[in-house]
Amino acid sequence: MNKQHHSNDLRRATANRLLGLLLLAGLGLGSGAALAAGGSDLLSVDINVKDKAALQRGVRTFNDYCLGCHGADYMRYKRIASDLGYAEDQVETRLLPPGREMADALKSAITPEDAQELFGAVPPNLSLSARSRGADWLYTYMLAFYPDDTTASGWNNLVFPNAAMPHAMWELQGIQEQADAHDSADDGGDHGHADITDSFELVEAGLQSPEEYRQTVKDLVTFMVYLSEPAQLKRAAIGPWAILFLVLFSVLAWVLKKEYWRDVH
Amino acid sequence: MATPANSMRSTASKVGYWVDQRLPISSFWRDHMSQYYAAKNLNFWYFFGSLSLLVLVIQLVSGIFLTMHYKPDAAQAFASVEYIMRDVPFGWLIRYIHSTGASAFFLVVYLHMFRAMLYGSYRSPRELIWIFGMLIYLVLMAEAFMGYVLPWGQMSYWGAQVIISLFGAIPDLGIISGDALVEWIRGDFTVSDATLNRFFALHVVALPLALVMLVLLHITALHQVGSNNPDGIEIKKNKDATGKPVDGIAFHPYYTVKDLVGVGVFLTLFAFIIFFAPDGGGLLLEHDNFVPANPLVTPAHIKPVWYFTPFFAILKAVPDKLGGVIVMGAAVMVLFFLPWLDRSPVKSIRYKGWLSKLALALFVISFVRLGMLGMGEGTPAQLLESQIWTIVYFGYFVSLLFIPRLEKTKPVPERVTTSH
Amino acid sequence: MSEHEVNQGRRRFLTATTAVVGAAGAGLAAIPFIQSWQPSAKARVVGGPVSFNIAPLEPGQILRGTWRGQTIGILRRDETMLQNLQRVEDRLSDPESLVDQQPAYAQNQSRALNPEYLVLIMICTHLGCIPELVPEVGPQPYDEDWLGGFYCPCHKSKFDLAGRVYKGVPAPINLKIPPYRYIDDRTIEVGADPEQLS
Repeated sequence: MNKQHHSNDLRRATANRLLGLLLLAGLGLGSGAALAAGGSDLLSVDINVKDKAALQRGVRTFNDYCLGCHGADYMRYKRIASDLGYAEDQVETRLLPPGREMADALKSAITPEDAQELFGAVPPNLSLSARSRGADWLYTYMLAFYPDDTTASGWNNLVFPNAAMPHAMWELQGIQEQADAHDSADDGGDHGHADITDSFELVEAGLQSPEEYRQTVKDLVTFMVYLSEPAQLKRAAIGPWAILFLVLFSVLAWVLKKEYWRDVH
Repeated sequence: MATPANSMRSTASKVGYWVDQRLPISSFWRDHMSQYYAAKNLNFWYFFGSLSLLVLVIQLVSGIFLTMHYKPDAAQAFASVEYIMRDVPFGWLIRYIHSTGASAFFLVVYLHMFRAMLYGSYRSPRELIWIFGMLIYLVLMAEAFMGYVLPWGQMSYWGAQVIISLFGAIPDLGIISGDALVEWIRGDFTVSDATLNRFFALHVVALPLALVMLVLLHITALHQVGSNNPDGIEIKKNKDATGKPVDGIAFHPYYTVKDLVGVGVFLTLFAFIIFFAPDGGGLLLEHDNFVPANPLVTPAHIKPVWYFTPFFAILKAVPDKLGGVIVMGAAVMVLFFLPWLDRSPVKSIRYKGWLSKLALALFVISFVRLGMLGMGEGTPAQLLESQIWTIVYFGYFVSLLFIPRLEKTKPVPERVTTSH
Repeated sequence: MSEHEVNQGRRRFLTATTAVVGAAGAGLAAIPFIQSWQPSAKARVVGGPVSFNIAPLEPGQILRGTWRGQTIGILRRDETMLQNLQRVEDRLSDPESLVDQQPAYAQNQSRALNPEYLVLIMICTHLGCIPELVPEVGPQPYDEDWLGGFYCPCHKSKFDLAGRVYKGVPAPINLKIPPYRYIDDRTIEVGADPEQLS
């Protein structure tokens, strides 16, 4: 190790640091300016797709309240039964709606043509909603329905204004109205950190308490997150082992490199 | 001792000899591995060449397996991707390998290109390596774009619509007009089944073939002149009595084992994305692409995948259709001329002055920042910022012409420098 | 720089270890790709059990259908046919169905749950042609003492009325019996084992 090397090291280190600082400064510039889309009004929900009990509750809600109009055609009951750990004798009573078979896809109870006539739009396939909309959106959406005489369905939604969909679960939630309809319409969501549902007031109690209803919606969303990517359970199961193996390989390769590079001076 | 092992070995060596008389295996191995000498001080930045090759292989293999299940038909494409994700055994893994691989490809290629700019690897006598590299980059962009159309989601569809429409900016020149060209590319009056079908053919056959051939040319040209190094000096100028460069070490085993470490670390990070964040929060697989293509509804916010956003930001920064396309095209094409724009008497950034360092740093910042701005919604403030960084981006190439006159370079050592 | 410092043993050991671990990794990485060629979940659903109505079948008649794309034959055998199964046995290659070509519950002389109905995958075990049913007893061009059975037109393989293969024909083993069960007296479901077994 001679002096030439040392001075080179030093110079290089300084140059690298300078470059690094510049890069950091550049990236920091204007990163305060929001580049991403808004939607900060959404409630955030913590979803655990490994919670089988929640998933099993969610699938029943999905069967009872969604499948009437929506389909989730990319999914079959058979897959749900094996992923969610139903025992064979539970399938008939707790998973399959009447008249459905294990091999069936989660098809809507009505045909797209009938739906078009009924709602003026074909209800979307829900297989991938959790991936296109996100869990937070779905969760907030199901909490944000309110009656509105001006729409065809008689309902409106704060998250998705003028959605064609009526509130399918109103019996459970009850009916909520916007407490100060004019006010919140004016400043339309500029509440900062205010909860989007704060503006609602329950005017008619449902079958469930507000807490129970939120839990029901959370379970439903949990199921829909699973529904959007059933492989995520396998991903999470295999991933750590794959990474562990690759770390082991990397360490070995590094030791091997060290060994060979003892030749290099 | 005539043990079975011995006789087996001699049989093997006989077969080896027989083959070698007829196929130049051992001389190939010598020329490109065991007696290909690279400078002994290649650093972190030199991992990304071999990693690009690795990702190419990963993409080829995973891609071949995806074509076994995918249907290039507008009516079936979206559903066939979900079929892969749900019904094909391990289909989800193969698909995520391929989709993550696309982003990984650009990441390693960008870092590889940055390395060349850092150490002047494009300078004489390595101009052709750089040209082949740039051609690889162009083909890769076409490959990635067409691959992105195949899942036939909303972003696939509208991305295709927007990118193809760029060709519509070409004015009517009599023989050819933008509109006619756009129609010809689509093969229909709108992006349709015909477009999907031809993009599939190009994505799975034509472009990969071109990529592989260009990669062979890139490496052949590299091995003709030898690898550059962080000091930007020619190790071949200083050889020992046997003709081996004194600062060189054999690619095999030294750089094969070193690259193996790079491969291990890369695959670990790659696996982490695949298993724990395959959609990268919407950066690698966009949310809107989980909605089937609908020619009647445009998504609220169309943007390309992250690796194209710097150029997309440049496109948007120019308030004129044809002008935007030209400036965006120029942003890519100007890179071809780097070997001749850089007039510095030294190759490596290590021996250039602080002006060069500042210019390169600003260039990198402009590229990254433009990439971020390209993902934005295009507010007036973002537009203005994009324009500023576009000027900085092009300014780098102009500065290369003048900086050598303004700055004093440091003396380049005779021998490569090592840090241990 | 002294060459004797190099510990060749350690170097060889590390090279071998890395090579073995690397090869194991490549092998593990190949598994998903190999597995992806297995029938998909969709193919398995499409290949689910299929029901056949056997009520209209007269003795001596055969009902054809498909299960998983394979030709299924359901033959109603009369008394004579069943007796001939015994008479033909010394000319058969595997009269006791020892080779695993049937579910355990069909490993008997009639190769059936109920001797009256034979359920068969009608794909020749030679090269995959579909054998034809020749139920008549009497001399045939390919057999002087034909007692009724299946004859494959492709390469002249012969099987008896339980799908058991004759000696000296190209087909090596008996025709395959699929898993099946009786839903009721008139309905056979191919592709599922009898209830008490599953």
